[in-house]
Amino acid sequence: MLESLFFLIVAAVAVLSGILVITCKNPINSALSLILTFFCVATFYVMLEAPFMAAVQVIVYAGAIMVLIVFVIMLLNIKTETDKRTSHAVLISSIIGLFVLFETIYFLNRSSLTGSKGLMDSAMIKSVGHTEIIGKALFTDFLLPFEITSLLLLVAIVGAVVVSKRKI
Amino acid sequence: MLGAYLPILLLVVISICFGLGALVLSSFVGPKKPSKVKLQPYECGCEPVGSARERFSIKFYLIAMLFILFDIEAVFLYPWSILFKKLGMFGLAEMGVFIAILLVGYIYIWKKGALEWE
Amino acid sequence: METIAMPAINFAAIMPETILSVIAMALLLINVFVPSEQKAYLGYLSLIGIVVTFFTVIGGWGTPQEGFNGSVMQDNFALFFKGIFLVSAALSILISDQYMKREECNHGELYPLILLATCGMMLMASGTDLMTIFLGLELLSVSLYVLAGFQRDSLKSNEAGLKYFLLGAFSTGFLLYGMALIYGATGTTRIAAIASYVAQNSLAGSNLMLLIGMVLMAVGFSFKIAAAPFHMWTPDVYEGAPTPMTAFMSVGPKAAGFAAFVRVFVIALPTLRADWADLLWVLAVLTMTVGNITALYQKNIKRMLAYSSIAHAGYVLVGFVAGNAVGTAGIMFYMLSYAFMNIGAFAIIVLVGKKGEPNNNVEDYAGFGFKHPLLAVCMSIFLFSLAGIPPAAGFIGKFYLFSGAIQAGYIWLAIIGVLNSAASVYYYLRVMVFMYMKDPVEEFDWLKVSPAIALCLIIAVAGVLIPGIVPGYLLELAQKAVLL
Repeated sequence: MLESLFFLIVAAVAVLSGILVITCKNPINSALSLILTFFCVATFYVMLEAPFMAAVQVIVYAGAIMVLIVFVIMLLNIKTETDKRTSHAVLISSIIGLFVLFETIYFLNRSSLTGSKGLMDSAMIKSVGHTEIIGKALFTDFLLPFEITSLLLLVAIVGAVVVSKRKI
Repeated sequence: MLGAYLPILLLVVISICFGLGALVLSSFVGPKKPSKVKLQPYECGCEPVGSARERFSIKFYLIAMLFILFDIEAVFLYPWSILFKKLGMFGLAEMGVFIAILLVGYIYIWKKGALEWE
Repeated sequence: METIAMPAINFAAIMPETILSVIAMALLLINVFVPSEQKAYLGYLSLIGIVVTFFTVIGGWGTPQEGFNGSVMQDNFALFFKGIFLVSAALSILISDQYMKREECNHGELYPLILLATCGMMLMASGTDLMTIFLGLELLSVSLYVLAGFQRDSLKSNEAGLKYFLLGAFSTGFLLYGMALIYGATGTTRIAAIASYVAQNSLAGSNLMLLIGMVLMAVGFSFKIAAAPFHMWTPDVYEGAPTPMTAFMSVGPKAAGFAAFVRVFVIALPTLRADWADLLWVLAVLTMTVGNITALYQKNIKRMLAYSSIAHAGYVLVGFVAGNAVGTAGIMFYMLSYAFMNIGAFAIIVLVGKKGEPNNNVEDYAGFGFKHPLLAVCMSIFLFSLAGIPPAAGFIGKFYLFSGAIQAGYIWLAIIGVLNSAASVYYYLRVMVFMYMKDPVEEFDWLKVSPAIALCLIIAVAGVLIPGIVPGYLLELAQKAVLL
């Protein structure tokens, strides 16, 4: 009971701050709202008994990536907000969006959405530990994807230097 | 289950209340006599020069980007360190390959001078 | 204390990837430790690496290797595609040096990035786990974003890199969301395990989560192979990117996208075949038609080849819809010959341009046939092959794609494909009309063929003509590589 109340509050904050991200005129305000959204998502991870994911969410997203986003906003230095656009595009895209929304709701109501039940239930997470489960998957079944990740980071390092260093 | 996180929640609530409380309280209690000098941004006591909204140099971007990449590397170290004993030598080798590949990237940016403030 | 068992690694399954990535890292270090204005030697080193890798690919033929607890599988299917990737990487490297030197952006990072992109493509072709395929695709995409914007002082190249990055990241989101839904529905990311789950649960066909996941994955892959209506990025990116990189990204990533697309859909979701065949049928018709009709109006030859590459993705989708052995063998044969003909055509485009003046308009080719008859003949061969006129390899490839569709009962699809192919002749032949039937405006005296580009042209002409005249051997290889 208490937990679902808590969830509803956090969910409301998440949706609200998500809306603020795209409606704020000042990009810095958008970025701050995005941080709030990230924290709400981290809270969801905690409620789903995934504390490691919550920590990563805070460290990587709310920490490092937000720093980058704020840097880029300051780099671009957008002075005035763009003019208000009231073209037909807004109308047409909202009609299409509403149509897709109703279509989705209709299909969700009339067909099954059940997936296969996974191995990782609350009891298992309690007995083994969330981070250990992730680590075990990462270092055995997903060893190759794990090693490719480091190649991916290497390419990103080279790419960052090639794209943004003054002299290369 | 969520009880374990109650202290964190309390901390968040208290810090928000503390921050807001200080602002609200000072706006009620403190005397307000604004003048042009008082409303200026504080810049180490000097006269402010130019606008505060300067364009950032792209150098910051490169540093922030490299920071994220090595931050992600560090994230992978947590589950590994928890399982270190169970994984044994094999786990050491796995992480060794992972770090060696990133070490190549580190040597690359170092020799390239990307860590220098040019 | 219990210990965690070591996974079954089997290095033989990722031998080509290992060699390429080690060489790429070595080149990266050589590049910073041995500073030199001449970067060509890095190109030659990477070519040596590609040749060595090619031999391991040939050596692995016929002996399927499974590795890393089933997250990667190097079978003939993967090996054939790896051959295509290596060919396209090698040919692109051969034409890179002259172009990059001319445009003063011959930075040494080019070659490691090409090799790592190739490595990503290989992982896409041999990945049997959705995570392996996804990370291979990311490795490929991130390298390509950088390569598209590699000409840093050209605004067009910057635009190409940025557009490709934004739209590519967006489409990756679709792909990953699709994979997540499929994981949610089946509880696994291993392709074989997904297949057995879907087969065992009779209700799986009506499971909405699975269906939405499938559709979202189709969207993500369609973006990578530039199928309409997810092709919008292609012309701008192909036009702005450095020409050798355009050649590279029009062939290799497309083939890699098809390899992963075919493996995931044919192996993991065979029971949903009726659903995805309909979807791809529509995609194939749209892609062929949109690509060809828009190509008719293009003045810029790079944009024209971009739309033509969209149309070619449509022809290959026809073979995918057919889904039988002939169609799948046709996909592989066609992608290989497409590598030769398309990169060959881009090699000529590199030669015709000069610093600051890309000479990319069709009018710039006026009288090219009189000034440089040999190069014009090469270009004509490539264009004939792209148009699908015998005896070039493009004809045999199209023939197999369309006959696969007819065998599978998709007669209308084959007819639409042939009609499209006929329409495409117009814009390919227009270039030849300019080359041979207009008076020369330029002297083309700046044009110098470096030995590397000459080698590339020789290989490309041979690769177009030999399989076109004697297709038997290559087709046999492709048939042995079919997944079914």
